[in-house]
Order: sequence, then structure tokens, then C-alpha cells
Amino acid sequence: MHIVVCIKQVPDSAQIRVHPVTNTIMRQGVPAIVNPYDLFALEEALRLKDKFGGKVTVICMGPPQAEDALKKCISFGADDAVLVTDRSFAGADTLATSYALAAAVRQLGREQKVDIVFTGKQTIDGDTAQVGPGIAKRLGLQLLTYVSRIADLDLEHDSITVERRAEGGVQVLKTAVPCLITMLEGTNEMRFAPLENMIHAARYPVRKWNKEAAGIEDVTKIGLKGSPTVVSKVFGPTPRAEKALMQSVEDATPRDVALNVIQKIFTQHPTLERDILAKAAV
Amino acid sequence: MSEKFDVIVVGAGPSGNAAAYTAAKAGLSVLQIERGEYPGSKNVQGAILYANALEQIIPDFREDAPLERHIIEQRMWVLDEESFVGTHFRSDDYNKPPYNRYTIIRAQFDKWFSSKVKEAGALVICETTVESLILDGDQVVGVRCDRQGGEVFADVVILADGVNSTLARKAGFHGEIQAGNVALAVKEILFMPQETIEARFNIKEEEGVVIEMFGKITDGMMGTGFLYTNKDSITLGVGCMLSDFKENPNRTSPYTLLEKMKAHPSVAPLIAGGEMKEYCAHLIPEGGFYAVPKVHGNGWMIVGDSGGFVNAVHREGSNLAMTTGRLAAETAIAAKAAGKGFKAKQLASYKQALDESFVMKDLHKYRDMPQVFHQNNQFFTTYPELLNRAARSMITVDGIDKKTKEKEIFSNFRKSRSLTGLAGDALKLWRAFR
Repeated sequence: MHIVVCIKQVPDSAQIRVHPVTNTIMRQGVPAIVNPYDLFALEEALRLKDKFGGKVTVICMGPPQAEDALKKCISFGADDAVLVTDRSFAGADTLATSYALAAAVRQLGREQKVDIVFTGKQTIDGDTAQVGPGIAKRLGLQLLTYVSRIADLDLEHDSITVERRAEGGVQVLKTAVPCLITMLEGTNEMRFAPLENMIHAARYPVRKWNKEAAGIEDVTKIGLKGSPTVVSKVFGPTPRAEKALMQSVEDATPRDVALNVIQKIFTQHPTLERDILAKAAV
Repeated sequence: MSEKFDVIVVGAGPSGNAAAYTAAKAGLSVLQIERGEYPGSKNVQGAILYANALEQIIPDFREDAPLERHIIEQRMWVLDEESFVGTHFRSDDYNKPPYNRYTIIRAQFDKWFSSKVKEAGALVICETTVESLILDGDQVVGVRCDRQGGEVFADVVILADGVNSTLARKAGFHGEIQAGNVALAVKEILFMPQETIEARFNIKEEEGVVIEMFGKITDGMMGTGFLYTNKDSITLGVGCMLSDFKENPNRTSPYTLLEKMKAHPSVAPLIAGGEMKEYCAHLIPEGGFYAVPKVHGNGWMIVGDSGGFVNAVHREGSNLAMTTGRLAAETAIAAKAAGKGFKAKQLASYKQALDESFVMKDLHKYRDMPQVFHQNNQFFTTYPELLNRAARSMITVDGIDKKTKEKEIFSNFRKSRSLTGLAGDALKLWRAFR
């Protein structure tokens, strides 16, 4: 069995700042991580490999430094890693990205037939959840999104049964393999790699494919040219006018401090005091 | 699997990176193990980079290292509650490349340094904690990590695991760290537009200013404050001896010190409008010469903060760290070439090289300094106040003649500190600095 996991290297969004003057996102110095949602996809792929054997290949489109993200996946236990990297990919939106990744997955399929493609639910920097479905469509794969559990995989009959989170409940879906699964967060827990894997990953020569190697034929469908999406504006939400207040608590009992704070809240929200007193009376 | 390397370096700070880089560059097989998510993720420093130590390791580092600003002006402020007396030294000489000192942001700098280590051929693994050393008799032969199958072996283990050096303590190479031998420093990085910084500090693009502060801002404790200009942020911090924090009668906490410093009328306008980007705290080994433990043994060497290599008087640390890392690696390279094993005897040239370098020479020169300052807190309270009072008195024009003012100043000094006290303090200072 051959499983391909598509991952993305993203800036750690918890550490991103918006420039107070220019309103642009400051990426400098922000650590790059594997998109956290993708790790649930990778772990699920590794679990299938543990159970059924086979090979897990991780693939990523991005700049040369995204190699670190792929090496990290190798340390968790992926067998092979391919970085699809080419200057002409710059400025790609989800349409162009799914085109490039689909071509690369097809290329991997020429080396060894691909049974399942995994992606995360979405990325934390784009939040579109469009690339996975885009790849499935382009490759003609059955599409299973928001999967929370793989209930059964029958390799003999090329069928797979999964649980999918849906509005108001869980859907149980059965379909044919090959398929593409976008994995839901919180569905599993990434393993802690043994030391041997860490050293193996540090040494691992990640394969690098440019657009030719990835088998991309139509250059008008990649990069900025292939991206109809226009970002019209980026803005940071306006901070709220009122800031948290600090209050000195020296020489005061906790009771005094609490009463003081409550009094201040009531002064600002007179109705609140009335409501609470009314409730207390009942 | 139990793989064996020539050298294992524990830690990816300046000393560990210097050691791993030097050893790998010479063709040794090197495994470097870092606890943090990536090199630099847990590392804290002021941070000033002294070019010389790095130049000896990577001569052309200026080409691609993430450097913030080169320092062209050094200010020294002695503060009381509302004023400061100070000196500024600014020279266009510092504008002639190659520059001597830079402000850096460690998270970025360490990542860069680590990329050089990898380029040199070392294997770097992160998010892995070394829990103990593996001993064969009294010979260190490897390390044990917190991962499954976590044993890995080497001829030499270089301990670059920082000020706490739990490894060295566990192995009994040195004792518990003493509160009197470490300073606790806290700092903030405040974001500010580049133009604002350049206007406020009267500097051009890429030029930087350092302000060293001492006096009342440390609330009578032995310590200093500092302010550095980065490209589009300001680093502001203060540190005092841990033992002083423990014994402080006002129970002043590090963060209140920093808040007070930020509110000081001389500091506040410089940082006004800054948005806090980072807050960190760090222990700094400031015990000096007498606190340096045994630095090598059978199959091991200690470098950087783990060995207490910090010159507290001149606020130097990372340069000592890099130098000790380099010297340890060179020792390992020589021992490997000699082929006579890696016992303490073969690694003794590390100690010798340290003694001959500025590292131990400087630590020796200031060996009594920590004691002198520690036991005489008048240097941080009485004198700064007297100095500021004297300056105010002389500069304020109020119809009182200067002779009377001089007398008053002198009598103020006499009142706060007896003549013998004054003479004694001068003598102590002279002896410690000598």
C-alpha cells in the first residue's frame, strides 16, 4: 500500500504580529512549523502503515526551507519525502497549488501506485480547506472530508469505511480506494519519535522536484499566473478601546479589592447591578 | 541501534554551536542534541554579539548572519529615583567596517548559526533532552536521551547545556548552583517603528546605541539594567544576583524592577509607544573565576554558561561561550588526530588553552569583583544618590555660591559614608578592577 500525505510548512500563527504602522503581516523571526492539522493526517497514515504495511510518502510544495518540515515528518516515521519547489510556484492560490500538487502525486503514482492521499482539514495560514478537495477532483479520487475515524480498510476489495463529522452528527461513509481523505483535528495523537528516527531524519536527503520533475505541463496553471484569487486587503482587527486596568493591592484585604472591583464594574454597567440584585431577591 | 559519533554536543546555544561547527568543519562526525523546538527557541541573552569571537569561527559571518545594528554609542548611566548622571561615548570610528559589536535577536541569530552547523556537516536533532551521561567506569562514552532507544555514543561529549547544566551536576562534575553565583535577569523586547528608534536615539539606519544603567533601579541589589536598540525594536532588561532577590527586604520581584525601570523618567520617554513582543527571564552565571568548575575529564568537556564562563563586569558572555566551544572542539580534533584516546590527560589541553586565552585571563583579573560589589551595596544605593544630588546641586542656578555648594556636597558624602568608608570603598574598587 502506498499512502501520500500532503503537508504544508506554515508560520506559527500563534506568534505572528501585524505591523502597527503598515498593517502587513510580519513573518520575520516567526518560527515555521508543519501545519498542525496535517500532523493528524500523517499520524493516521502511519497508523494504517503500522496495520497494513506499505509506504508513506510525504509531499510538500513550498520554498527550499520547507525541507525542515519534511524532515520532521521523516522523524515521525514517513518513509520518503518530496519537496516540490520552483520559483514559478510563487504566488499560488489554492487552485494553482492543487494543480501542482495533483501533478506531483500523479508523478509519485508512476513510481508506485497511490492508494490513499491524506491532507489536513485545512491550513492555519490560509484556512480555506480547498487544496485537498482540489487535488481529489483533479486526480479523480473519491473525496472524504472532515474524517474523524477510519473504521475499516479492505485492501482486497479496495474499499474504505470512515466516520465523517457532519452538521448535527456523524456520517459513516463507505467508498472505493484510491481516495483522498482530509483528516479532522484531535482525532489522534502524533507519536513521539524514537532517537533512531531523529538521527535518520537529520541525515535524510529530501528529494527536490522542480516543475518539470513534478510533471507539470501547463505553466499557465501554476504560480501567480494560475491564480485567479486576488487579496484585496489585509487588516488587523482594531484593538478594543478599553484596556485592562491594573490595581495596586498593597495593604488591602482580598475582600476590599474584590468589593472595589465590583463597585467599578457596577458604575460602568448600572443595569448589571439591577439585574443581579433582582435575581438575588428571587 | 547504538550509533557512535566522534563528538556529541549537548545544547545549541553559542557555545554548543561553536563546538559543533568547529568539529564538523574539521571532518569529525558530530551529533548535536537540542532540547528546544528549534535552536534558539529557548535561548536568552541581552543580546550583544561581539564580532571577534565569531570571526574566529566563521570569518565571513557578516555576509548572511541576521544582525540588527552595529553599536556606535555606549551610554553609562548612574540613576537615582528621578535622574541620572552619565557618560556617553560615541565615535564615528565604530562606523568603519568591520564593525566590532552588534545587537542581535537570539531566536533569529541562533537559527542562522545552527544552519551553518548543519552546512558544516553536523547532525542536529531538536526536541530531544539528554537525561544523563553514559559512563563506562569513569569514562564518559555517550548520552542517554528522553526518546525510545535513546542511547547514543561518542568519543567525546561536550556539555553546552547552559547555566543549570543538570547533566554536569547529575554526573557530579560540579555541585548545585549557588544563589550567590547567578544573576536573574528579565528583559522585554518592545516593538517600535524603525524611524522612531532612529529619531529618538539620534542614529542612522543600522547604527545602534547601548545604555548600561546602575544605581537605584536595582533597589539596593547587586545588578545592572540595560537598553539596546535593535532594527525595529528595543530590548530593555534588568538583572540582579539571585541571592539578593532572596534577601531583599522589600521582596522586590524581577518584574517589578523592570516595571519601575520602564517608568523611570529618564527611560520612559525612550520606550514610549513600544509594543511588547517578547518577555523572557534567564539565569546568568556571574560567580566569576572562583565559580568555574572542573572543565574537563575522561571523555567530557564543559563549555559556555555550563562552565560559568561569563565576564559579569564587562557584560560579556556569548563571546566567552563561543570561544570555549571552539577551544573544546579543537581539543577533540587534536585528540582524535593523536589517536591516544580521550581520557582527561588527552583533553587537558582544553584547560590549558582556556588559561592562555582572554577567557580565564579576564575572569582572573576580576576574580574579586563579585565579592566586593555583593558585600557593599552602597555602590548601588548611596553613591548613585550622592552623585545625582551633587550634579543637581552644581547645575541648578539658585543664587547660592558654588563654594557653599561644594561644601554641602562633601558634607553629604561624609554624612552618608565616613571618610574611612569612602577611602575603603575606593580601595576595594581599585583592587577589584586592578
